[in-house]
Amino acid sequence: MSIKLGVPSKGRLMEKTFEWFAGRGITLGRSGSEREYAGFVEGVENVELVLLSAGEIPRELAAGRIQLGVTGTDLIREKLGQWESHVSELAELGFGHADLVLAVPSAWVDVSTLDDLDAAAAAFRAQHGFRLRIATKYHRLTREFLRGAGVADYQLVDSQGATEGTVKNETAEAIADITSTGDTLRANHLKILEDGLMLRSQATLFRARGAELTEADRKTLAELSARLG
Amino acid sequence: MPDRAAILAEAARLRGQFEAAGALPVETAVLQPAGTLLDLYGEDIRARAYITSDALRGEQMLRPDFTVPVVQMHMAHGAEPARYTYAGEVFRRQEDDADRANEYIQVGFEIFARDDAARSDAEVFSTFHALLAPLGLQPATGDIGILMAAVDGLETSERRKAALRRHIWRPRRFRALIERFSGRAPVPASRAELLAAKDPMAAAGPMIGLRGPEEVAARIAALREDAAMPPLSENDVALIEALLAVRGASEDALEQLRDIAVDLPAIAPAVTRFAARLEAIGAQGIDAAALPFEASYGRTQMEYYDGFVFGFTAPGRPDLPPVATGGRYDALTRQLGAGREIPAVGGVIRPGLTLELGAAT
Repeated sequence: MSIKLGVPSKGRLMEKTFEWFAGRGITLGRSGSEREYAGFVEGVENVELVLLSAGEIPRELAAGRIQLGVTGTDLIREKLGQWESHVSELAELGFGHADLVLAVPSAWVDVSTLDDLDAAAAAFRAQHGFRLRIATKYHRLTREFLRGAGVADYQLVDSQGATEGTVKNETAEAIADITSTGDTLRANHLKILEDGLMLRSQATLFRARGAELTEADRKTLAELSARLG
Repeated sequence: MPDRAAILAEAARLRGQFEAAGALPVETAVLQPAGTLLDLYGEDIRARAYITSDALRGEQMLRPDFTVPVVQMHMAHGAEPARYTYAGEVFRRQEDDADRANEYIQVGFEIFARDDAARSDAEVFSTFHALLAPLGLQPATGDIGILMAAVDGLETSERRKAALRRHIWRPRRFRALIERFSGRAPVPASRAELLAAKDPMAAAGPMIGLRGPEEVAARIAALREDAAMPPLSENDVALIEALLAVRGASEDALEQLRDIAVDLPAIAPAVTRFAARLEAIGAQGIDAAALPFEASYGRTQMEYYDGFVFGFTAPGRPDLPPVATGGRYDALTRQLGAGREIPAVGGVIRPGLTLELGAAT
């Protein structure tokens, strides 16, 4: 057995993660061709690199199939019920910053707060005969947020990409999505509600709580925690 | 946890008792069309119910309760008056607490009757009371209808009353609305700006989506109208607060409510109904005067109840959910009845819990 470290398999998130570990004396890299999802680890013994989709890392951590994993706070909270009982945060990596926000058309000058959204949703349902649609891929987080705020008469519609375009395409009236600069929202004539910040997310190194560990694994984890935490 | 065969036997026993009380046994499908339930409960139900789907029927829900299908069945072809009983699984999705059951058996008893609501309320309550008596449970009662009557009786606009009625079951939002309508909560800067603007749409940019400019304009008009309204009086707010704080033995609660009704006469008919119910419960041989009553009971969990509400919990077992709950749901039959309605009251018992607490009446 060895400690398995899950890292997003693609793009900037992978490169930044490699850089972050390199800054702490641990070299992570892809072995073989660009297309092969196998990796190597140098600078620490007994650690194996597993390249995974960022969205699958929460599940793998919760199942204990990987002991460490890098992914966004947003994905951990969306995908794991009672996330704190499954994983603990070892370190925030300082990149991959994104805010999960609730946004509505800028032209809705009458809607600035959740309070307004709730009232607009009631009127919308009376007018159109169905509940105001909010497009998102963050179903759990959005539902919990709106329940906490006491917003009613809305429905969530699933949107796995190009969520900002759903309002223009009339498949949704509002959206809940991640944004880093807000540029895409503005370009799509959307504005964030004043109290519409649901979560601040960034790439974070998580440790699985439930994982079964050998003595050697425990030593490795302790050493890693000291170097990385 | 008792085993499943024992729970089913206990369920059959309880259902037998309800049959002996005159109820007709009924069955409902486990898969329910999701649309009806989503329309009733809103998006929150997705967090509490299992949803599945196929290409033909679309989204289906694993029955989260019996009330909705039993009401639908009765509205479709029930004779009146009617008493029904049922026993079977309900399914509740658990996202946050692995210790709570996601599937358990419920046994229910429902009365659909147009005459004498107090007597039907008392019949349901006393039937549950008698069945559960050996367990030494703590009863709780309330009446959502009194709060609804109080909202109706406020001296303010119909629009504000509708907003409050809509959030009766969301106490935090209800409270926030009271704060806003009474002027206690400051007007957000963005709202003040909007109200002051000559042409609020001037900087709106392109209009996108289904919610059109006339809808935005209608809401601005409504907001302006509301801003011109006098705030909810201190007196009205104090009365609502006094009402929500009423709790104690039913006899004392009734006196407190009668005092409040002097200044808030709109609740008088609902208070009279409460008194009639106590009398009817007393006629069943229960010490109605001593029955615990809480005006705000049932506001957070029992969203379709709009009158009498009750529950039975095990003292000293805060780890257990209520063993039985129920109440009156006239408005639900109106919503599901497509233009028709019938007064209805009922409740459910969890045989898994009665067994665990050492049942066997």
